[in-house]
Amino acid sequence: MNLLLRLWRSSLGKKYVMALTGAALVVFLVGHLVGNLQVFGAPDLINQYAHFLKSKPLLLWGARLGLLATVGLHIAAAFTLLSLNRSARPVAYATGGAYAATSRSRYMAVSGSVILAFIVYHLLHFTALNPAVNGVGDFTKLTTDLHGETVPDVYAMMILGFNVWWVAAFYLIAQALLFMHLSHGLAAMFQSLGLRNHVWWPRVQLLARVVSVALFLGYASIPLGILAGIGSRYAADARARAHLAAAPSSAATVLAVGPASAGKEVVR
Amino acid sequence: MKVKLKVWRQKNRTSAGEFKTYESPELNPNMSFLEMLDVLNEQLAVRGEEPVAFDHDCREGICGTCSLVIDGKPHGPHRGVATCQTYMRSFKDGDEVVIEPFRAAAFPLVKDLVVDRQAFDRIQQAGGYISVRTGSAPDANSIPVPKEDSDLAMDAAQCIGCGACVAACKNASAMLFVAAKVGHLGLLPQGQPERYKRVKAMVEQMDTEGFGACTVTGSCEAVCPKSISLDFIARLNRDYAVALLKGDPKKAASGGA
Amino acid sequence: MATLKSNIPSGPLATKWENHKFSSKLINPANKRKYKIVVVGAGLAGASASATLAELGYEVHNFVFHDSPRRAHSIAAQGGINAAKNYQNDGDSVHRLFYDTIKGGDFRAREANVHRLAEVSVNIIDQCAAQGVPFAREYGGLLDNRSFGGAQVSRTFYARGQTGQQLLLGAYSALNKMIAAGGVKSYTHSEMLDLVVVDGQAKGIIVRNLQTGEITRHNADAVVLATGGYGNVFNLSTYARGANVTAPWRAYKRGACFGNPCYTQIHPTCIPVSGDYQSKLTLMSESLRNDGRIWVPKRKEDCGKEPSSIPEDARDYYLERMYPGFGNLAPRDIASRAAKYVCDEGRGVGPTGLGVYLDFSASIKRLGEDKVRERYGNLFDIYHEITNENAYQTPMRIFPAVHYTMGGLWVDYNLMSNVPGLFVLGEANFSDHGANRLGASALMQGLADGYFVLPATIATYLAGVKPDQRPKAESAAFNEAEQSVRGGVQKMMSLKGKRTPGHFHKELGKIMWEYCGMARNQAGLEKAIQLLGSLREEYAKNLHVMGESNDWNQSLEQAGRVGDFIELGELMCRDALMREESCGGHFREEYQYTTADQEVRDNIVNPGDVKRRDDKFAFVAAWEYTGTGKTPTLNQEPLVYEEVKMSTRSYK
Repeated sequence: MNLLLRLWRSSLGKKYVMALTGAALVVFLVGHLVGNLQVFGAPDLINQYAHFLKSKPLLLWGARLGLLATVGLHIAAAFTLLSLNRSARPVAYATGGAYAATSRSRYMAVSGSVILAFIVYHLLHFTALNPAVNGVGDFTKLTTDLHGETVPDVYAMMILGFNVWWVAAFYLIAQALLFMHLSHGLAAMFQSLGLRNHVWWPRVQLLARVVSVALFLGYASIPLGILAGIGSRYAADARARAHLAAAPSSAATVLAVGPASAGKEVVR
Repeated sequence: MKVKLKVWRQKNRTSAGEFKTYESPELNPNMSFLEMLDVLNEQLAVRGEEPVAFDHDCREGICGTCSLVIDGKPHGPHRGVATCQTYMRSFKDGDEVVIEPFRAAAFPLVKDLVVDRQAFDRIQQAGGYISVRTGSAPDANSIPVPKEDSDLAMDAAQCIGCGACVAACKNASAMLFVAAKVGHLGLLPQGQPERYKRVKAMVEQMDTEGFGACTVTGSCEAVCPKSISLDFIARLNRDYAVALLKGDPKKAASGGA
Repeated sequence: MATLKSNIPSGPLATKWENHKFSSKLINPANKRKYKIVVVGAGLAGASASATLAELGYEVHNFVFHDSPRRAHSIAAQGGINAAKNYQNDGDSVHRLFYDTIKGGDFRAREANVHRLAEVSVNIIDQCAAQGVPFAREYGGLLDNRSFGGAQVSRTFYARGQTGQQLLLGAYSALNKMIAAGGVKSYTHSEMLDLVVVDGQAKGIIVRNLQTGEITRHNADAVVLATGGYGNVFNLSTYARGANVTAPWRAYKRGACFGNPCYTQIHPTCIPVSGDYQSKLTLMSESLRNDGRIWVPKRKEDCGKEPSSIPEDARDYYLERMYPGFGNLAPRDIASRAAKYVCDEGRGVGPTGLGVYLDFSASIKRLGEDKVRERYGNLFDIYHEITNENAYQTPMRIFPAVHYTMGGLWVDYNLMSNVPGLFVLGEANFSDHGANRLGASALMQGLADGYFVLPATIATYLAGVKPDQRPKAESAAFNEAEQSVRGGVQKMMSLKGKRTPGHFHKELGKIMWEYCGMARNQAGLEKAIQLLGSLREEYAKNLHVMGESNDWNQSLEQAGRVGDFIELGELMCRDALMREESCGGHFREEYQYTTADQEVRDNIVNPGDVKRRDDKFAFVAAWEYTGTGKTPTLNQEPLVYEEVKMSTRSYK
């Protein structure tokens, strides 16, 4: 207990918390992406995956609570460090300051806050299935038959969900910020844990770049792929079966506006 | 050449400060930045205005007394040098040059451009030493030190304690300074007995002084007059983690003579 | 007349220190904490003394005018520190280091002190290595050495080009350890402005806090001054801007004798002055002379030309011409004086005409630019930073500059001045370097005094002082001293004249450099004394200090220091005038070897070399204050050499 208290009380300790929770979240992001990329397969593939997760409530809730705690710790540490950092420089420079610092390193709190807002939205969107936020309607009505069992039609939800242009746009923006956050945070994580020296630092930075780019491309491919027309016929059928109103905007308009984004927490 | 100077003027810690603008007298491009301020001050004194207070001493980049944030960068436009080694030829005729003090809660302002950096001394006093009494040392060559370690220790030990790392960091963090001290002693065999005690004590004092945390922006390394590497911060993080995991030593059994 | 008792222990030279330590009185550990010692300064000597005295159990109060004890100018020393370790097996020994130092000082240092210095030099290296000073090492992990300043053995320990910094940080860490342990109380921004003498003994100091202007009294059982040298009397020097003579000078005015004030060392390879605004001169390592050739144009008319346009036969490689034996490696004082001569002839180069070329073109041709870069790259970079000139393409310009003062307050073997209870260490005392200091010996002396000598010798004095009996800070002597300090500050503030302290400092510097610099003569010194008298009077009437006295006021700080420097300048000139001989850094034009001398014919020395007069001047001049503007009293301590025979210093 003494150790935890000491950890929390010291600025370095809180950085360890940031780094370790950050590392856990990156691992989650990778797993989550692998799960969601199944949307590029047959509809049953991802539906079965979702059903499998739902059939293990202990595991699912364990993971959810664990994630929530991890995110919570990450944010709490960030918040206290932010207030420490603010109070350490009560008078700002007239000429800016923060010489030679990259913008991604300077705006971690900003990118983090947008990502937090996105997580809340994402949970409402695909976990709570709140009809008020998805621009489509009641996703709970979307069901399908899987080996004789009626299960939620996650595939249709994703296709219909990302065919709403502003949803796709918000996802993409959040993904871009996540990329920024990770491209600094991943390398900084190694630094905070002391896992670098002059030999490994360039490699750590490269790793951070590669992982954050890969995650961005992976996640962005989902809304972009959907906007490009993947599963649109299936989704139209599903929508008809569920008697949902037509989407306020078509895939074509979204494409005209710009690409869309990927999702997290598709599992319910 | 001439420049326009926008200088922070503040009578003392409690009074409000503001920028004042001065036209410099005719300058020689070979003047150092501090000599430019000397000339300005002579001019102010002759006019009956109070000279600008600024910290300086050795004027050869080693004592760490000079400070100043010049156009947003501690120690002026060049890398790897202190303000005292910055020359006016780095500016153009007619430039406006903004001069601010180092700004950090842990470096309270004294006057104009002078801040109090004694927080650094207190961090050192918390554990920045090897406890060896005068006269008790063994022959210097009885403890061989690998040249690589000794060279690396020297890289850290060159820190001049100017505080530019704190001034540049967006969080006013003193990590580079503390890391340099901890790194220097921690790399040498002589520093091993107190290695973990030292890192704990120094980090705790650093936190007490009200410096911010490191967010790995790299500003400190970029402005350090001795270009001390962020590697040392990683080393500090590592040592502190080990120190936390080790915990406090067991109380020795008491005994009497 | 002051009584000067050198207190040199009897017995053979090599065992004096050992015997002295044994026969000295000790103080009971329980009593040590009852003695309070004030140490002024935290350079190598002050920090090491404070830490060590506190380790022994004394109550130590340390005062620095800087914002931190780590800023003292010891930090700027580059080359290294000598020690007679003989790790290189090249024939070094305590005796050899002793002899080199005595000879280097031109036989004007005290034999016993120098031998002790050589003895403890080996302990210094042990102590510093144990503190974590990152000395340069060989691949086997053992300490590296280099030969420095023309020494024939490699006995210099170094930490890149920042040896002073690393040694000072070592001493500072020892000081911090004792501050943390409660043994030392540290006062920063605290400038000593007077010494308090009670019943003829030093019993405290008066201090002004530079941040707040507050004036405070500090009583003590003994006062230790470790306040550095006074080279800033020349205004332009390689010293830090803040370096000053105020503390020793105020002690001098309270009765402490000032020893050999005219002994100044002038370093030949500094970057020349570029203009009237200049505040500071930067030293370029002497090692440059190994591969650079020094020259000026033969004809005055060529001085303004591009150096590359001056043909070989129109160049005067004057050191090679005048000293064919040593050429460009001629000793510091000779090289410095020769540069002055050619510039006096109007053949100096650069915008001010006070500079000579240090040319690497021949070496670059011979060795290639890469090799030259490998050897001197960092120095070429510094030169480029300061002058914006590329020394690979055009010759460097160099000129001599003041960088050390061998003189200082007179002390006995115990480092105690003639005022009992007042001890003086490091560059602030006069004791170990004679008339000239060897390279890498300043660091050695500072640390020897602080770590090893004073902690042993101070007990001799304290043993005669009753514990817990120091005078109260409320006593009359403290009242008087504080009033005098307040009066001085008040006077400076109230003059409201027309000239800034900076103006007076520049004027002083010009006079000193002109008449009491590299070469001195009777007429010049007499004129300087007169000029300095007028300057002192004008200062007392026409000084202008801005701001307030109860506030951070750099103008006021400078004013006080410059006032003391003006008075010191006068004393230096008097000392130089009195010393009718040349020795080491003190060169009287009237006393130099000429072709008429047998020594020149025997090829022991060159014409123009310094000519000592051992029959008349083998003594320490210890000047005693008699009042401002009055002629001080000269006391002499004869230099008795028991072991070494004074001989002509020859480097041929």
